[in-house]
Amino acid sequence: MSASTIIPKPSKPWKPSLRDRFIEFSLVLGSVLTSYLLVAATEMKGKLAYFFTFFAALALFNLAKGTISRGFMIGKDQFFGAVMLLGMTLVIIPTASILYTVFDRGRKGLHAGLLTNDMSVSTPSDPITSGGLLHAVIGTTLLVLVALIVSLPIGILTALYLTEIKGRFTRPIRFLVQAMSGVPSIVAGLFILSSIVYTITKSYSGVVGSLALTILMIPTIARTAEEVLNLIPNELREAGVALGGTQWRTVAMVVVPAARSGLITAIILGVARIVGETAPILLLTGGGDAVNLNPTSGAMGSLPFYIWKSFLLGTEESITRGWAGLFVLLVLVLFLFTLARVLGSRRMK
Amino acid sequence: MTGAPAQAAIPSPREISTEPRFSDKVFRAVVTAGGLSSLIILGLIAIFLSYQGFEILAREGFTFITSSEWSVEVDSFGAITNSKFGLAAMLVGTMLCALIAVVIAVPLSVASAIFLTFYAPGSLKKFLVTVIDLMAAFPSILFGFWGLFVLMPSAEYWAKLINKYLGFIPIFEVEPRIFTRSPFVAGVVLAIMIIPIVTSISREVFSQTPLDRIQAAYALGATRWNVIRTVALPYARGGIVGGSMLGLGRAMGETVAVYTVLNIVYQINWQVLFGAGGNVASLILLKFGEAQAYEIKALMAAGLILFLLTLLVNFIADQIVLRSGTKGR
Repeated sequence: MSASTIIPKPSKPWKPSLRDRFIEFSLVLGSVLTSYLLVAATEMKGKLAYFFTFFAALALFNLAKGTISRGFMIGKDQFFGAVMLLGMTLVIIPTASILYTVFDRGRKGLHAGLLTNDMSVSTPSDPITSGGLLHAVIGTTLLVLVALIVSLPIGILTALYLTEIKGRFTRPIRFLVQAMSGVPSIVAGLFILSSIVYTITKSYSGVVGSLALTILMIPTIARTAEEVLNLIPNELREAGVALGGTQWRTVAMVVVPAARSGLITAIILGVARIVGETAPILLLTGGGDAVNLNPTSGAMGSLPFYIWKSFLLGTEESITRGWAGLFVLLVLVLFLFTLARVLGSRRMK
Repeated sequence: MTGAPAQAAIPSPREISTEPRFSDKVFRAVVTAGGLSSLIILGLIAIFLSYQGFEILAREGFTFITSSEWSVEVDSFGAITNSKFGLAAMLVGTMLCALIAVVIAVPLSVASAIFLTFYAPGSLKKFLVTVIDLMAAFPSILFGFWGLFVLMPSAEYWAKLINKYLGFIPIFEVEPRIFTRSPFVAGVVLAIMIIPIVTSISREVFSQTPLDRIQAAYALGATRWNVIRTVALPYARGGIVGGSMLGLGRAMGETVAVYTVLNIVYQINWQVLFGAGGNVASLILLKFGEAQAYEIKALMAAGLILFLLTLLVNFIADQIVLRSGTKGR
């Protein structure tokens, strides 16, 4: 017993102690109380006042706490921590509000026939239960598919050029891809209008809409794919070449398969980028009300067009329809986003 | 196979060459062609828009961007008797909305990026980054109608507050007192749209701050705020400016969200809280439905101006990011 070695218990000195947590909690509580008192005592009123007085109080309390316990420098540090938290909160609030609004208002427009009927026999101002957005969902799917067929090879080839060939044009092409992602969607629409619709097809159709979407989709695919391909360890390429493979075989059999799930993520992000794109669709597709399975001719309906038309009509039913359309669109975007996340995180392991 | 011939020819040394095989030549050609497609597409956009808009640009000359009158007079036979196309009002509107957006978005984005990089604990950080990425994936039509139906009442109230307390500054004057559908509201919506871009770029630059400098600052006794103030912010300044320019470019080209929120009036309006304004992209959308072939040419010219403007902003942003990336004292 006398010479027993003392084994120290593992401790985490950086972990906030119970006392720290209590102080932190009481600071937040104190800020809430202060904001209530201030709003009650002065002529300020409304959510805005509560919000800003709360953060002002929190920042000042943090300043005081830090200054008292460890000096002014620490107090300043704590103060700016609260200020940055304010910025973060202001960024998060709109997102939360958008999600809540769309789910809350879109819910009222949901009904059994929403995804099985089209609008060929009903108008947006009819009661909600008549008609649906089958034509819009099919139209959006076709538009995205055609756009994908065109932009996938171009996007991937651009990424391969930037990562595998790294030729003379790497720097300018990287800039051009960046510039292309900044092309306003309406300009993409006007371009297709001037180059294809007025000169070749002379009429609106799904394909021309898809071509405009392609311009918006290529940069997203190219940049994400480039990032993914950059993550592939160079040893894999060297191993492929050392086994006697040509560069073509190495890229096709080693690099691309290794990056497969990441490339799928790139595709999904590209699809998410264009699925709700509205401006070129309004210029180019004509926006039909019936199911149209042929993208090369005839007006093609789509979700953004449906939403746009419903909201602009402005009657109560049509606005509910618009929110229902946004609901479906948002669910689609959320689904694609989650899919990209899941695939992306699997790649990281 | 017994007794291999002793005089088996000694293989002559392989010829070593760095010349790519035929398959590689084809591969390289195809990939390079694919890589150059972005150049081709951008070039085609410029060519076709100039081709279509040339007639208008040649006729209006420099007044196309300096005058602010957009009118087409048609006689009873549908023939155009008189037309004037000047883009100035919409160019001013474009810059105004985009600048409001940047002024609102950049401080918030930088604060969020600092919070995410230096203050947020691990799990919270992951969640918040996901939320911001999700925000970047929202389509613009969603922001537009959310802005119109949900944000507008609040923004009108904010605008009244600003007008009440800061009304003595000329740009915050409102006469007559119409607060809805103003450039301010459009700017707020655009700010929300560009926040994810600016935040993620700023976060990326902050996370690239050299670790040894951060640790050196801590070792000298700096607090977290000191590190941010003296190490991270100076290092990231170029990246933040570049990211803001990218956001500016996005905000300038936005169509649908501005069209839904803003009351598009064809006049030069500097009063940010007054319910009138516009931008080039929304003008194109507005006029397109009723335009005849001749006016569409003018819209193409407007599209060309917008395209060149965003290209210029993107180029400047790219240069700033590039220069700041390589400098790093």
